[in-house]
Amino acid sequence: MDRKLVVSSSPHLKTTESVRSVMIDVLVALFPAALAGVIFFGAPALITMVLTTISAMVTEAIILRQKNIFGDGSAAVAGLLLAMVLPPAVPWWLAVIGGITAIAIGKQVFGGIGNNIFNPALVARAILMASWASHMTTWVRPVDLATAATPLALGQKAFSFINLFVGAVPGSIGETSTFALILGAGWLFYKGHITWRIPGGFIGTVFVMGFLFGGYGGVLPMISAGLFHVLAGGVMLGALFMATDMVTSPVTAKGQLIFGIGCGMLTMLIRLFGAFPEGVMFAILMMNALTPLIDNKTLPRKYGEVAK
Amino acid sequence: MQMSFKTFKGGVHPGDFKSATEKKPVVPAKPPAVAIIPLSQHIGAPCEPLVAVGDEVKMGQKVGDSKGFVSAPVHSSVSGKVIKIEACNSALGRPVQAVYIENDFQDTWHEDVQPNPNWQQLSTDELKKLIREGGIVGMGGATFPTHVKVSPPPGQVIEYVLVNAAECEPYLTADHRAMLERPEDIITGLQIVMKVVNAPKGMIGIEDNKPDAVEILKKAAANFPDIEVHALHTKYPQGAEKQLIKVFTNREVPSGGLPSMVGCVVQNPGTCIAIADMVRFGKPLIERNVTITGSGIMEPKNMLVRVGTPLEEVIEQCGGFKSNIRKMVLGGPMMGFSQPGPENQPVTKGTSGILCLTEQDVQIYDIRQCIKCAKCVDVCPVSIMPLFIGSSVEQGMYDKAEAYNAMDCIECGCCTYICPSKRPLVQWIRMSKGDIAARRAAAAAKK
Repeated sequence: MDRKLVVSSSPHLKTTESVRSVMIDVLVALFPAALAGVIFFGAPALITMVLTTISAMVTEAIILRQKNIFGDGSAAVAGLLLAMVLPPAVPWWLAVIGGITAIAIGKQVFGGIGNNIFNPALVARAILMASWASHMTTWVRPVDLATAATPLALGQKAFSFINLFVGAVPGSIGETSTFALILGAGWLFYKGHITWRIPGGFIGTVFVMGFLFGGYGGVLPMISAGLFHVLAGGVMLGALFMATDMVTSPVTAKGQLIFGIGCGMLTMLIRLFGAFPEGVMFAILMMNALTPLIDNKTLPRKYGEVAK
Repeated sequence: MQMSFKTFKGGVHPGDFKSATEKKPVVPAKPPAVAIIPLSQHIGAPCEPLVAVGDEVKMGQKVGDSKGFVSAPVHSSVSGKVIKIEACNSALGRPVQAVYIENDFQDTWHEDVQPNPNWQQLSTDELKKLIREGGIVGMGGATFPTHVKVSPPPGQVIEYVLVNAAECEPYLTADHRAMLERPEDIITGLQIVMKVVNAPKGMIGIEDNKPDAVEILKKAAANFPDIEVHALHTKYPQGAEKQLIKVFTNREVPSGGLPSMVGCVVQNPGTCIAIADMVRFGKPLIERNVTITGSGIMEPKNMLVRVGTPLEEVIEQCGGFKSNIRKMVLGGPMMGFSQPGPENQPVTKGTSGILCLTEQDVQIYDIRQCIKCAKCVDVCPVSIMPLFIGSSVEQGMYDKAEAYNAMDCIECGCCTYICPSKRPLVQWIRMSKGDIAARRAAAAAKK
């Protein structure tokens, strides 16, 4: 009988999950926030998202010489995440340069997927910020798209908590709607792609530091200051989608918690005492750099470890 | 009353795939025309043949034995004539010397096979001797000689005998059927082991996807206050020895150590039955339950197969392979060994299943870059770092693999199962173990 049997090392059963399916899950999870961005900031937001995503995918396909432009989906994720942290009304060429930068400089120079040290979307944002600061800090109001300042620049009194939660405030395309971000992140929790440790450490630390240093005159103002720092700006987007980027965050349980807390602390140090109104991007990039060190210092206790 | 146990850390839920055979009673397989009795069916020293070509042998006769302590004799499963002593194929891929016995189909028992009517009065040493002479080994797949397991070093007190009836490997139902069909014998075997190691407590753990087995064993154990039966959370590898000990006792076997160091001895239900058969009836381990299943076999079955029956004959009795079979695994899908074919290879003491998979079920993937998703770290039941060991091995840095605790790997395969980048993590860990062991031996020799 002419049989050809496959001989391979166990296990002979594997999950059907793949890098591609994980990336598609992330795209699905980003959808509510992307939709909220389009609802609040209209056509310019949609155009920016399309441009960053496509330019990122094309850049990756060219560098990897792959015919399938979607590939494993990681370039689309990086491109869409970049749009999420851009002001809605950036010029079209800035969006395209951003998409190219995220993939070429943020990811492929390090050796491609899995090897980059920093979050590619945030690398691109940092480069755009340094190159075209005025475009990157021109914010618009939802709906009428008139130029306006962000909640973090204006302070606590400018917007209601309801508007901050829903996202009807000036800000980056994908960062304003806490509601949409939580909805999307719920999908990632459900699929087991992220755990509570990084977002919990991050958001918890921001709240505590906001509580301690942001408000004066009693417990209620302190709570409201903590809450404000959680809801305003990029903390929710950063904590749920940027800091949880698998490649650039620690793999150990303890390490993930430390990473989250570190992101929260750096964010608040910049916000409260630094020159910029917002610090999420720099906080995450700095913690990205510490990730290998954190992993190596927080290796879990193995089963049956003999005390020395 | 249902006691709730702490579960172990990690593990995966691969789906159980047991429905094809879990309701099918065990049927006896036809005795082989020529029995192939490998001289090494256990971990430890291989046996020397005790018979020569042309000798008449009887059923239950010892045909191979060894002077080594960590070893177990092998017996003929048929009566007939030795026609040759040659190498046959083995599950691990290495050829093994085997005694080929032409069956006369008389099933004449050897005179050494004598029942022990007063088995309950036997001393610990007599029982241990019987277990050794019966060639009994761990039948879950590891095939560690049972008489060694029940002989802890002096000074170690055994408190618990655990019966590992989790059967957490997907597809396999041989133990499940044994529990449904021979619950009293499992209890008897457990009692014998408890007596041998002088343990006050016996506990049987069964995954809760087998509620019928839990119920039947609870009934069977009802009159024995020192034996408890517990349903365990269905999670792979619930039946890994160290994990089972953690679940039952919340103790951890020290790294590099043995269960007896934390007062435990663990036995498989099939082994318990073999012990009961040997001690009561003098019947050595010459047959076992085997699950023949998977999409690539015509009629999935649970069979009682004589050790030495060629795989081809067993497969034929299940209607043969389907024409699109692409993989044959001995054991379960998570830790079993895939084979190039069934030729010149028998069912042995460790063959818990013959899993046949067709094209659709044979998953072949390209290996991709690690995306550090940490899923392997989360599912690892011994809390080592599969991803870092994998990338160290990929770059030939075995010393780094050692630093990430490669030697503590139990090779359950959860990391490889869960990896979205389809990286063969446990295979790399196995590779590093070989290298690390060799370097440790070389370093020891230098001293």
